[in-house]
Amino acid sequence: MKVYIERTKEQKIIEAGDCKELLQKLKINPTTVLIARNGQLITEQTKLNSQDEIKLISVISGG
Amino acid sequence: MVCQKCAQDPVYEIPKANIQYCKTCFSEYFEHKVWKTIREYGLIEKNDHIGVAVSGGKDSMTLLYLLANFAKERRDIKITAIAIDEGIEGYRNRTLDGLKKFCGKEKINLRIFSYQEEFGKPLDIMVKKYPKACSVCGVLRRYLLNTKAKQLGITKLATGHNLDDEAQSVLMNQFRNNPAVSSRLGPITGVVQDAKFVKRIKPLYFLSEKETSTYAFLRGFMDTYIECPYASDSYRAQVRDMLYEFEAKFPGTKKNIIQSFLEVLPVLKSKYKAEMRYCQTCGEPSQNEQCKACQFIQILTEK
Ligand code: SF4
Ligand SMILES: [Zn+2]
Ligand SMILES: [Zn+2]
Repeated sequence: MKVYIERTKEQKIIEAGDCKELLQKLKINPTTVLIARNGQLITEQTKLNSQDEIKLISVISGG
Repeated sequence: MVCQKCAQDPVYEIPKANIQYCKTCFSEYFEHKVWKTIREYGLIEKNDHIGVAVSGGKDSMTLLYLLANFAKERRDIKITAIAIDEGIEGYRNRTLDGLKKFCGKEKINLRIFSYQEEFGKPLDIMVKKYPKACSVCGVLRRYLLNTKAKQLGITKLATGHNLDDEAQSVLMNQFRNNPAVSSRLGPITGVVQDAKFVKRIKPLYFLSEKETSTYAFLRGFMDTYIECPYASDSYRAQVRDMLYEFEAKFPGTKKNIIQSFLEVLPVLKSKYKAEMRYCQTCGEPSQNEQCKACQFIQILTEK
């Protein structure tokens, strides 16, 4: 699936069964991001499939 | 997995507790926590004129939205949004745009004060002489908020500080042995009833950065990410990252820091109350006759 990381503006292609696995593969701490699929928030336990487009939004304020 | 309460798709998960909330139930949970903080700590009293310190960022937008709604039901409460325009090209002008639109739509009284008008130059120029942008920026912002709040007849100044911000501050003060500074933290400050010092309130005190972001996202306040060009790897940022790591490994760490801090806060307050001195010029707590901000402003505005 396509993953866009907002903070670093990176686009990645990665496969994962659920969000938890996805964040583990990306080495991203789950307390630091919101996960959106098609503009809707989902949680760590949400199952994913390869057509999904995921956006990771940093919760850290920019100053 | 579905929402615990209504079986809709979840948007938020309470880590390790296995509780999932949908949009509606999460918003209720969030707002309930804010109202509870306001009630339990007496953050808002009858006839208060609340100044909401806003930057256009997610925390302060969430706070403003909630307090403006609160004031709609409480006719005795007045709300004024106060924003500081430091003069950071490409950053603050953009965050303030969203804020102006929002206040216009919601008919919220918004006052913007700029470094350019108040101190003669924007931060972008000041940093040429004082490269530590964040220290300059923070000192001047606090000063302006306090003095303008007083001029506007504001009784309490509300800020968007959340659980993460407070836990970071508590730890930083521990690490640097600054208990006197910690005595001025908490959901409401104002150890002494001093006409020169406007009380600060933090209605988002018990909500984490992730919770606040989730709420802000659901209300459409999570704009595309922009970072201040001067944001650096400050001491606070390092403490924040360390806390994130701990929180992921040991969920509840931040909450525990705050709970134990609130236990000792009354002791800290009574211990440092007597020693508390106030700046003769601006009324902010200060060890000297004139605080750092006022000393700095004097140098800055001298030609
Ligand atoms: S990151 Fe530093 S310079 Fe930028 S707004 Fe925040 S305090 Fe000011
Ligand atoms: Zn629900
Ligand atoms: Zn002062």
